[in-house]
Amino acid sequence: MEMLIVLAYIVAAVMFIMGIKMLSSEATARRGNMLSAGGMTVAIVATLLNWAEISPTGYIVIAVAALIGGGIGAVAANRVQMTSMPEFVALFNGFGGIASLLVGCAEYWRQFIAIDNTLEGAALFIVSLAIYLAILIGGVTFTGSLIAYGKLSERIDGKPYLFKGQQFVNGAILLSIATCLVLFVLNPVAFGWVLIPALLLAFTLGVMGTIPIGGADMPVVIALLNSYSGLAACAAGFVIGNTVLIVSGSLVGASGLILTTIMCKAMNRSLANVLFSGFGSVDATAGGTSAAQGEAKALSPADAYFVLEAASNVVFVPGYGMAVAQAQHVVRELADILEANGCEVRYAIHPVAGRMPGHMNVLLAEADVPYEQLVEPGDVNPQMEMVDVAIVIGANDVVNPDARTNESSPIYGMPIIDVDKARTCFVLKRSMRSGFAGVENPLFFCENTRMIFGDAKATMQALVSQFKEG
Amino acid sequence: MSNQELILLVFTFVLAIFLGYELIKKVPSTLHTPLMSGANAISGITIVGAIVAAGATQDSTVSVIVGAFAVAFASINVVGGYMVTDRMLAMFKSKKKGGEQ
Repeated sequence: MEMLIVLAYIVAAVMFIMGIKMLSSEATARRGNMLSAGGMTVAIVATLLNWAEISPTGYIVIAVAALIGGGIGAVAANRVQMTSMPEFVALFNGFGGIASLLVGCAEYWRQFIAIDNTLEGAALFIVSLAIYLAILIGGVTFTGSLIAYGKLSERIDGKPYLFKGQQFVNGAILLSIATCLVLFVLNPVAFGWVLIPALLLAFTLGVMGTIPIGGADMPVVIALLNSYSGLAACAAGFVIGNTVLIVSGSLVGASGLILTTIMCKAMNRSLANVLFSGFGSVDATAGGTSAAQGEAKALSPADAYFVLEAASNVVFVPGYGMAVAQAQHVVRELADILEANGCEVRYAIHPVAGRMPGHMNVLLAEADVPYEQLVEPGDVNPQMEMVDVAIVIGANDVVNPDARTNESSPIYGMPIIDVDKARTCFVLKRSMRSGFAGVENPLFFCENTRMIFGDAKATMQALVSQFKEG
Repeated sequence: MSNQELILLVFTFVLAIFLGYELIKKVPSTLHTPLMSGANAISGITIVGAIVAAGATQDSTVSVIVGAFAVAFASINVVGGYMVTDRMLAMFKSKKKGGEQ
């Protein structure tokens, strides 16, 4: 039986790997996800087959817990709006983290307190280290994700929260965590109690690590927390000596890490800078005011209609504002009308647009925008001079020309979408307020820029009805 | 767990990290949100550890109770993660392959 279980774990691991591989193409992605879910089923069934370890009461406990959890998960997954996907993923990351933490605690109790521990030497060292890490990483993931969830869903203020002596407090927390680690690993039985302060410290670290990070940097944080939830599962795998946990945990860990790196590159900042600088807080904005002030030229939707009617090449640049206004469907409607009018339509999507990696793509896909029209900045920038109208919908920092030209700007060097080079640029915006990062945007004062003020959805609807009447 | 088994676990871990890196590098940025929620669902694999802890009622009641909570949280992650990923991926369509075009 044991052999069979190990074989099933190998099958499960292969299914996870193939599933992720199939995610690299839009055509196979959905089947890939199902394959991965199949792998999960195989792993779970194989674990349940281990009659020797699981008692009849145990089966009942497991079934009840799984039904409750699965039910909550299913209802939540069906109800969540595509706009709220970032906070949804953040919250679920947290659940993964707390699950690994609990596994660490339960296994410590079972292996060290309830039964006489038979481990020694390197095995004892690794298992106790893994228990500690599962609790530490799981705890950081849990509270970090809750804070990220709060900030993304605007239940708490999205601004970076900084206070005097923050570095000192964080240093003290890290030092205490290291001390507890050494004590616990030296003698996991005698120093079992240090797991309690360690747990509290991990929770505190998760909070302290996330509150100084501003809302605009949230894509990086979610990617990083994603990675942590994988690493916590990995640590749990070392605790029970289970390969499938280690393999899949590492896959998730690597995935989150790569996404984190991509996000940082797209903002031209180092991970350390994102995590510790409190970007967009008071001191960061001081150096950023641009010389390019002037008068922004407003335009009514009626006038915008005439420009669009004559356009043969239009690029939409969506940002978080589109998500907030739920404007994706009406954007697509306008795009259809423009296409029927003989115009080429594309959507230029910046890697950090929105509040999580790929967020805009999901929203546009929800509105039935064909996959081929979604392009990356690198593909559209060289042709920007040929674009008649670039329509910026609720994006700000990702189209800020200061990133190219103004060395004193905090976002200098960040790759942007060069909408200022298009023949005409429409900016749909509620007001002249600066963006999430709190940086001035000289795009608004450009020669060829026209501001269309108001709610993005209402503006889009006005344009659509103009076309229908005209 | 013997030292031999331990070395194999570490070996598996290192190889899996490299494999993950190579695999995920190839995922286009368009699919990063589904990748993330899919990866999130995979991290629910910790349910295997939770089952082991919750099922061993002969060892300790404490670990069973804590394990049961772990099973519940991990199930939220697994079921919700896969379902929402599927919901998202179902929306990604090519123009050629149909829809109402």
